[in-house]
Amino acid sequence: MLELTETWYLVLASLIFTIGAVGLLVRRNPLVMFMCVELMLNATTLTFVTFSKALNDVGGQASVFFVLVVAAAEVVVGLGIIVAILRRQDNADADDLSLMRG
Amino acid sequence: MLSVILQDTPIPISANPVIETPEIVWSSLAPHLILILGGILLLTLVSLLRGKAPSWFHAAWTVVVAGAALGSLWPLWSRVQEDGPQTLIAGAVGLDGFSLFVTGIICVSVILSALLLEGYLRRENLVGPEWYVLMLLSASGGVIMASANDLIVLFIGLEILSVAAYVLASMHSRRISSSEAGLKYLILGAFSSAFLLYGIAMTYGATGSTNLVRIQQFLVDTVLIKNGMLLAGFAFMIVGLGFKVAAVPFHFWAPDVYQGSPTPISGYMASGIKAAGFAGFIRVFVVTFGGTYAQQWRPMVYALAVLSLLVGAYMALIQTNVKRMLAYSSIAHAGFILIGVTVATDKGTSAALFYLLVYAFMVTGSFGVVGIIGREGDGKHSLDDYQGLGKTRPGLALIFAVFLLAQAGVPFTGGFLSKFYVINAAVAEEQYVLAVIAMVSAVIAAYLYLRIIVSMYFAGADDHGVSPEMANPPAKKVPAGAAIALGIAVFATLWLGIVPDTVTSVANEAVARLVAFQG
Repeated sequence: MLELTETWYLVLASLIFTIGAVGLLVRRNPLVMFMCVELMLNATTLTFVTFSKALNDVGGQASVFFVLVVAAAEVVVGLGIIVAILRRQDNADADDLSLMRG
Repeated sequence: MLSVILQDTPIPISANPVIETPEIVWSSLAPHLILILGGILLLTLVSLLRGKAPSWFHAAWTVVVAGAALGSLWPLWSRVQEDGPQTLIAGAVGLDGFSLFVTGIICVSVILSALLLEGYLRRENLVGPEWYVLMLLSASGGVIMASANDLIVLFIGLEILSVAAYVLASMHSRRISSSEAGLKYLILGAFSSAFLLYGIAMTYGATGSTNLVRIQQFLVDTVLIKNGMLLAGFAFMIVGLGFKVAAVPFHFWAPDVYQGSPTPISGYMASGIKAAGFAGFIRVFVVTFGGTYAQQWRPMVYALAVLSLLVGAYMALIQTNVKRMLAYSSIAHAGFILIGVTVATDKGTSAALFYLLVYAFMVTGSFGVVGIIGREGDGKHSLDDYQGLGKTRPGLALIFAVFLLAQAGVPFTGGFLSKFYVINAAVAEEQYVLAVIAMVSAVIAAYLYLRIIVSMYFAGADDHGVSPEMANPPAKKVPAGAAIALGIAVFATLWLGIVPDTVTSVANEAVARLVAFQG
């Protein structure tokens, strides 16, 4: 029988983190990019909880609450900025936002 | 099976169900509280006054609040000098010379930026309290970051600092490049925060705590050389903090964001936010993971420093937009400060602190001048727009020349001494290669600053056929707030270069120490 140890959870978290990081770099739609950031933060959360369990220390689980609040605050601000951009132009893709280069 | 994870762990139930809250010495948290309450009170007051407040009120309030936070540092400083560094709120926050010095730099940066912002907002018809509220809240995040004794507190401070800054970057509602800057800053900032947090999680897994003191104690008791988890934690945290201080190769956001943001805000980002980022860098790496563990992260920070010095200086040369030039030059300056971090000594930390203070004056002043020259719409930032400035606006041109020469590191300015101390710290640790690279970078960057000065004073030097009158129509008066800010910045830049003794002795005493919580 396959033993499901902490390592599995850590590997899963690192996979989710990688998917988020690569997704953010590859995708062009700002909403999808936000989803990728959320994936990365959730992977971090999973890592925290796994270590919290492994170390038998409640500190890691408490950290998760802070991460959740921070993620929510970031998304609120981000959506506000996207709405401000969409009021002026039809599209807010990363390729449309290239006034500044060099 | 899931048994390993899901098995019940006995939760210790204490006989006394009352949750004990840590004792808090409120007076030691004065700078944090003044900045946060100042911001919230300003918002409340302005909404109660319903627009009856004069337009200068917001800026004046911000200056008074940041000044009060600055003033509260003196009693705290003498307390630290007498009783030694302390720890507050059950070991979550530290009070030492280092955190107080960085708090001072952030307050200076807020005062100067608020003074510059006042005239800028009137010119752009954007007067409102939100700018100042966000700046005060952002500064409070920076102060939390500087005094954090726990990685999670550091992360929260960083986010308070950053989320307010994302909004500030995109606040110029009529410039599309401002929104673009805000969105770019936000996405890359969130990306880097995720990296930092993943690094924190790794470090937590390797050491069993997020508290810096307990991590340090754990690492003293247990030797964790070549521990993959801890090394991964280092790497991810360096990526996250490297983004915040805009070190190459994590600098891509900086030029776009500095160019697109409202100009006084760019100055705040380059001074206050950078200072907070470096405070986090030094507190985590130099203080907590210093000593034997410094060998494990030093190569990574060394590479960041060298790349920032060379790439920043070179990329600044090939720009034609003055705001982008200043952005790349701020990357090169970050490289200099990273030298102070790399050597991981108290001397290096003091040199980095002095550099950050001098740089705060130089860069807010520079962006202040750029903001005034940018004129209505904040768009005239090409090098051509500076042609003949020495004739049309001699005062501004002279002040700008002082800031640029100081950034280049000309003697009798703070910029020279700050570079000198950093290189001195590198030589003391026998890092000769690093010192040579720093000097080469300073030479490359000097050409860049001279290029702007030549454009101002010798119009037609790069002949683009723009007559001085066309590029610069008759000058308007400089707003009073901006004049005060520029005066302070010029005075401080020169003063720190000629009689630096008072400030350097303070910087030398501003060492960072971790104190264990006795509870």
